[in-house]
Order: sequence, then structure tokens, then C-alpha cells
Amino acid sequence: MAAEQKIISPIPGVFYRRPSPEEEVYVKEGQSVNAGDTVGLIEVMKNFYEVKAEHNGILQKFLVENEQVINAGEELAVLLSEESI
Amino acid sequence: MKYFDRVLIANRGEIARRIIRTCKRLGIQTVSVYSEADAELPFVKEADEAVPIGQSQAKMSYLDIEKILDAAKQTNAQAIHPGYGFLSENPAFAKRCEEEGIVFIGPRSSMIQAMGSKIEARRLMQAAGVPVVPGYDGKIDTVEEALRIAESLGYPLMLKASAGGGGIGMQLVSSAEELQKVYSSTIQRANSYFGDGTVFLEKFIENPRHIEVQVVCDHHGNAIHLFERECSVQRRNQKVIEESPSPFLTGEDRRKLCETAVQGIKNIGYTNVGTMEFIFGNDHSFYFLEMNTRLQVEHPVTEAVTGLDLVELQLKIAAGEQLAIKQEDVKQNGHAVESRLYAEDPLTYFPSPGKINRLTFPGQDVRLDFAVVEGNTVSPFYDPMIGKIITHGSTREEALQKMERSLTELDVDGITTNLPLLIQVLQNRDFQQGNYTTQLLNKMGNGGIGIVKG
Repeated sequence: MAAEQKIISPIPGVFYRRPSPEEEVYVKEGQSVNAGDTVGLIEVMKNFYEVKAEHNGILQKFLVENEQVINAGEELAVLLSEESI
Repeated sequence: MKYFDRVLIANRGEIARRIIRTCKRLGIQTVSVYSEADAELPFVKEADEAVPIGQSQAKMSYLDIEKILDAAKQTNAQAIHPGYGFLSENPAFAKRCEEEGIVFIGPRSSMIQAMGSKIEARRLMQAAGVPVVPGYDGKIDTVEEALRIAESLGYPLMLKASAGGGGIGMQLVSSAEELQKVYSSTIQRANSYFGDGTVFLEKFIENPRHIEVQVVCDHHGNAIHLFERECSVQRRNQKVIEESPSPFLTGEDRRKLCETAVQGIKNIGYTNVGTMEFIFGNDHSFYFLEMNTRLQVEHPVTEAVTGLDLVELQLKIAAGEQLAIKQEDVKQNGHAVESRLYAEDPLTYFPSPGKINRLTFPGQDVRLDFAVVEGNTVSPFYDPMIGKIITHGSTREEALQKMERSLTELDVDGITTNLPLLIQVLQNRDFQQGNYTTQLLNKMGNGGIGIVKG
């Protein structure tokens, strides 16, 4: 059985699913990712922080919208990790 | 005398408070506009009126041109002061103000447009007899062409986005291989950041100093300078400490630099206050870098040495008045220094938003331009700079001593700030001797590992 992991934001800011407005999203819902892959960006005080997957698995769904304001500790996405399959 | 009855400030934080102060002294009413995140900040309460203009993200509030114009009409503001950052150098905003019959406190939109293009600014200044960094500002269409031009200029070079600025959109290239590698990605990034992929090539000046000249011009052909500011203490191309006069310039350097700046702005017909940025090589040669068509963050050091109020000058000029001062009336008295307090880790430059539990200000002989008071929350949405500390002395030594004392007395609790770094710079021997370049923080081991956009 796959384990459900939550990707959590360490910082407050604005969440982005794309590297820039014209580009494709980093990862689509249902797509598989590897540990270390960037899944989104958080803009904090004109800086950009990359949110990375910590495990291999399937990014099941995002819990926040693109360009949504988020708090530190907020759950951003659900990852179905392969580790315990 | 009153220049306007009511001025709207299209900005936030410390600069909004600073503009309000001068307006109050002159009997001008002020209107603040604010985002959801800023409702509790002092600049909202200190204005005569305050209008909420939307959500916390800047593009839904402080960058929303129509919302700001609506707020100005609703409050019968006759003029808008844009501060720095946000819409201050946005020609579309200045144009919309012109169309609505609201005075934009700054130069006309066409001038902002011209100076916003680095290539055009370069060409205009060169035509005015101002030295620019050796380079190529013609059209570059292909990487082969870029390589050929680079060969004739000689490496190292900077590949720069014409629409870039403030350290964003430039790439150092030391060889043909490197240029080949970064050429298309630099254009791509310029396209995505600035919507304009035009690039040009400039010689890379190694270990430079960054010195700028404050200029003031009215609508009657009068143009003067208010001397220079030394801005070489930088982290990731962002200024940290500034001073005036520059400890590097000789009297002859200063005269040449300031006269050249005035020659440049007279030639292009500039109006209101502005700043011409130059880089200085070790051999005292200087080159025009770019022009900022707005009030500068570090304007207080110029105010401290000249005794002038730059916001007052801006208001008078925008109202069509003639400059009341002549060049020979402007004197550099003593020495001034400014430190910028950032809500960020001093080593990594990682931002540190959060609540300020305690804020103790230094006692006396210091000017404090702060965005926040104790108990305020520094939000994650805007620039990390939360305040400026400015000291003045009859000598550089005295100004630096006052600064060090002020920084030691300053106490911020609840968020991480760069205060330890500021004190470290003040105690650095090279800095104390005035013997430093833009590499100072790197040399001190504070290059910053930071975070970059992926």
C-alpha cells in the first residue's frame, strides 16, 4: 500500500505551480515525481523558494490553488509515496 | 505655500510615511492606499485618508493601476506620489495619470519609457557626451553575431537585458563557450521577466565602485546636482549601506562626475528628481550605468549633507514651480551614512517575515525612517527592507561612530534581521578606511548563498 505524504510549506508567501506565467506547470495532478523534483514555487519577499518532493511517488493532488496566499506549515499537496508499496 | 491640497501615495511602508511627513509640514493632505496585509501599519493611520485597494499580492493592489486611479478620483487627490519600486518607473502608470489629469510626481511618461530601456538610455547619454561602458548596443539577432561582436570587444563581458535593472537580467560571460551557453537562456529570461528579449553587450568592469549622482530639474530648464552617493556596499546587487560624500572621489573626480551628470540630464530634458548611476574603475574612470527616474531609497544621505528635503522639491517641481536654489547654493556639509535594515538572515539572505515582538530604537542624533512599530507583523508579500537608519557628522569618522552606536542601541526581537551584518560592516577595517568596492561583502564572507528562482 502506498503511503500518503503531505508536502508542507516551511514559509509563508504566495504559491505558484509554474516557473513563470507562460510556462507549463511543474507537475500535473496524477503525475509521478522523483525525490528532489520541484513541484512548485513560493514567493516570499521578492525571493523564490522551490518546493521539492521528498520521496518518489505520484503527486495525487494539490491542496492549494496557483497564486494562493499560504501560511508557514500549510499543506500544499498530497504525494502517494512508493516507498512502502 | 501649498502646492497641492491633497496627494495620494501609491506606495507603502517607510517611504509612504516619509512622504506623509513632508506633506504634513507643508499643509498638504495625504491619502494612503493599502493592501489587506498592510491594514495595521503606521502609514495607513498617519495619512489623512486611507483607501483599501485589494489583496495582499502586489499585483492585486499596489501594482493595480486602475484601482489606484479610482482611489485618487474618489478622494479628490490632485497628484500621486509613486515612491520607489511598484509603479514608480512604470510608463503606463504615468501615462494613465496624464490622461486622467492627475499630476504624476515624477518625470513625464515618455522619459520614464526612454530610461527604462537600458539600450536607449545608453544611446541618449552617449549622444549627450556622457561616457558609457564600452560595448555594443546595436541589434543582435543571432548567437553567431553575438560571438563575433564579443570577440571584437574582448572578454569578460556582461550580456544584459535592455529592459532589466537593479541587478536583474544580466549575465557575466568570460569566454565564447560561456556566451554560447547562456545566450538563448538570457534572452528567454528577459522575455519572461520583462516581456522584452532585447539584449546587448558591455565590457565587464572588474571590482568596481557604484557611485550615483542625485539630480534635480524643473520644468523651466533649470537643472542642478545634489552631489554623489557611494553605494558600493551591496549584497546580490542590492544596496545595504550608502554614504555621501564618497570616500573614493577626489575633488576633481567629484566635479567632473557631477558636471557630466548635469550635462546628461540637461541634454535629454529631464524633469523632477532622478539619479544617474555610474560605475567607477580603480583607475578613477567612470561610466554611466543607468538612470532611476524616481526618488531613491538612499535619498536621506543627500538630505543630511545638503539640508534639502527631496520630497518637497519633487512636489514643487511637479506643481510647476521654478527651482528656488542654484547650483552654487548647494553644499555638501559634513558626512552622512545610511544603513538598511532587512528582515532577512544576514548569512543566507533568506527572508524572515513575522511579528515584531519588541522594537527598541536608538536614542539620539539619528534619523529613523521605519515602516513598522513594535507589535507590527512583517508580511511575506513585499520587499524585506523594514527601515533605514541615517546618521550625520561633521566628518566621516563621526558619522560612522554615530551609526555604530545607533546600530548597537537598536534592538529587534521576533524576526531575524541583518543587524549583525550592518555592525560587522561598520567594524570592518576596509570599510572604516573607505577602501572598498562592490566586492566588500563577498570579501567579508557574506556573498550569500540565498535562494534563486528555479
